[in-house]
Amino acid sequence: MKSRLRFMMQLGFTLLVCLFMVVPIAMSVMAGLTENYFIGLKSGLTLRWVHEVWQLYSDTIWLSIKLALACLLITILIGVPAAYGLLRSRRRWANAIEELLLLPVAVPGLATALALLLAYGSYREFRGSWLFILVGHVLFTLPFMVRAVLSVMQTAKLPQLEEAAASLGASFWQRFFAVVVPNCMSGILAGALMVVTLSIGEFNITWMLHTPLTKTLPVGLADSYASMRLEIGSAYTLIFLLMVVPLLVAIQWAGRLTEQRR
Amino acid sequence: MTAASKQPFGAASSLSQRVVKPMPTRRKSLTAMLALLPALVIFCAFWLLPFSRLIVMGAEADASSGISAYLTILTHRQYLISLATTVGLSFVVSLAAVAIAGVAGFFLARHRFFGKGVLVATLTFPLAFPGVVVGFLVIMLGGRQGALAQVSLWLFDERWMFAYSLAGLFIGYLYFSIPRVITTVMAACDNLDRSLEEAARSLGANSWQVTKDVIVPGIAPALLSTGAICFATSMGAFGTAFTLGTRLSILPLNIYGEFTNYANFAMAAALSVVLGVITWIALSFARKLAGTNVGAPV
Repeated sequence: MKSRLRFMMQLGFTLLVCLFMVVPIAMSVMAGLTENYFIGLKSGLTLRWVHEVWQLYSDTIWLSIKLALACLLITILIGVPAAYGLLRSRRRWANAIEELLLLPVAVPGLATALALLLAYGSYREFRGSWLFILVGHVLFTLPFMVRAVLSVMQTAKLPQLEEAAASLGASFWQRFFAVVVPNCMSGILAGALMVVTLSIGEFNITWMLHTPLTKTLPVGLADSYASMRLEIGSAYTLIFLLMVVPLLVAIQWAGRLTEQRR
Repeated sequence: MTAASKQPFGAASSLSQRVVKPMPTRRKSLTAMLALLPALVIFCAFWLLPFSRLIVMGAEADASSGISAYLTILTHRQYLISLATTVGLSFVVSLAAVAIAGVAGFFLARHRFFGKGVLVATLTFPLAFPGVVVGFLVIMLGGRQGALAQVSLWLFDERWMFAYSLAGLFIGYLYFSIPRVITTVMAACDNLDRSLEEAARSLGANSWQVTKDVIVPGIAPALLSTGAICFATSMGAFGTAFTLGTRLSILPLNIYGEFTNYANFAMAAALSVVLGVITWIALSFARKLAGTNVGAPV
C-alpha cells in the first residue's frame, strides 16, 4: 500500500514536470493558430498567421535549410576522415586533438562568433555572404559528427576488418570506401541528424554573424519575437517545431539503432 | 582490449599476424595525420587563430577605464557583480534541474507503465530547442499576456509576470536543463547494478535508505557531470536572455552590449575569454566524470 502511494506521488511529480515542458509549447501552438490570442479560441482558428509568416520570412527558412545541408556536406567530408584519423592515432594524440575540436562547443557561441568577427569581419565580401555563417556552423557541429562516427568505428572492430581486406590485397582507398565507410554508416546517420538539427536551431553564433541579407530561421524568430505581434511569433515557432520535431524523432530512432549494434 | 585477447584462439591470431604483415607504424600515423588534416586546418584557421587573437585583444586597454580589460573586470564592481550573478544563477539552476529531473528520471527508469513512452518523449524533445525559442516559451508562461498573467487577472484582477526578471531567466534555463538531466539520469539508472539495491533491501534498508546510500552514490558521477553541463550551458545561454530582453546584467548580455552598443572590443573580448574559460572548465569536469557526453548547447 505504501509503495503504491509512493508510486502515485512520483508519477504525479513527473507529470507536473511534463506539464511544465508541454504547457508553453501548447500555448504557443494555439496562439499561432487563433485569430486573436487576446480574445482567445472564441475568435476562431486560422492559418492566416502561418501564411503571413511564410510571406515575411520564407527566405530565412530556405537559407537555414541551405546552411544545414552545406554544413552537413562539409562535416561529412572532413569529419568522417577525421574520426578515422583519430581511431588510427596514438591514444594520447587522439585525446588531445578531440579536446581541441571540441573547443568551439565548450566555449559559448558568442565567444566563437566574436573571435570570427574580429579576425575576418574586415573581409567585406566574406563577411556579407552566407559562407561566413557556414563557417561558424561547421566549427560548432563538427565535433558531433566526429564523436558519432568515432564511437561506431570503435565498436565495429574496424582494425580487424581492415586487416582482412588488406590481406586480400585491397588498397587504402578501396578499404576506406568498401570497409570503413559502410561499417560506420549508422554513426554517419546519427551524426548527420545531429548536425542538421543543431545547424537549423543555431542562434548564438548566427545572431552575431548575420547581416540583414543573411537571416536564418532562428534569427528571424528572434526578430519576430521582438517586433511582431504574438500570433506571428507563435506561428513562426510552429513552423520551426514542424521542421525540428521530425528530426528529433529521427535522432532518437537512430540512437536506438546504434545502441542495438553494441 | 587488443584483437588477440578477444579471440578464442590466441595462437591462431598471432600466427595470422605473422603471415599478414601489419602496416608499418610510421605509415599508419601518416595516414592518420592526413585524414585529420582537413578538419585541423579549418579548426586552426577559423577557430584557434581567431580565438588566440581574442585572448590577446582582451589584454588591450578597455575603452572606459584605460587599463587592460582583464584587469578592469577584476577591479570594477559592475563586472564582478555581473560575473557573480551569472555564476550564481547558473549554479542554482543546475542544482534545481538535477534535483527535479533526477527524481523524475529515476522514476521513469525504474517503472513500466502505460504511456511512459509519451512522458519520456515530452521530457526529452525540448533538448534541441534553441535558446530563443525557450525564451519565447517563458514569455508564453510569464510574460505580459502569459499564462500566469491571465490566471492572476481572472482571479485577483492583477497582472502577474516574471518573464523579464531573474526568475524568468531561471525558468528558461531550467526549461532547457531538465531534458539534459533526464536523459543522463535515465541512462545512468539503467547501468546501475540492481542487485545492489536488492541486497540493501534484503539487509533491511527502507526505500529512503536505499535511495540515499545506494542509488544516489551509484549515479553520483552522472548527476555531477550532467549538473556541470547544465551549468556551462546556462553560463553561455545568450538566446534566452536576449529574447526575454531583460536589462539584467549577465555575462552574455554584457558581451553583446559591449560589442554592439559601445564598440568596446577589448572588453567584449576579455569577457568572452573569461566566460569561455569558465564553461570549458565545467565541461572538462563533466567529461572527466562521464566520459562521452558532449552535451549540445542552446
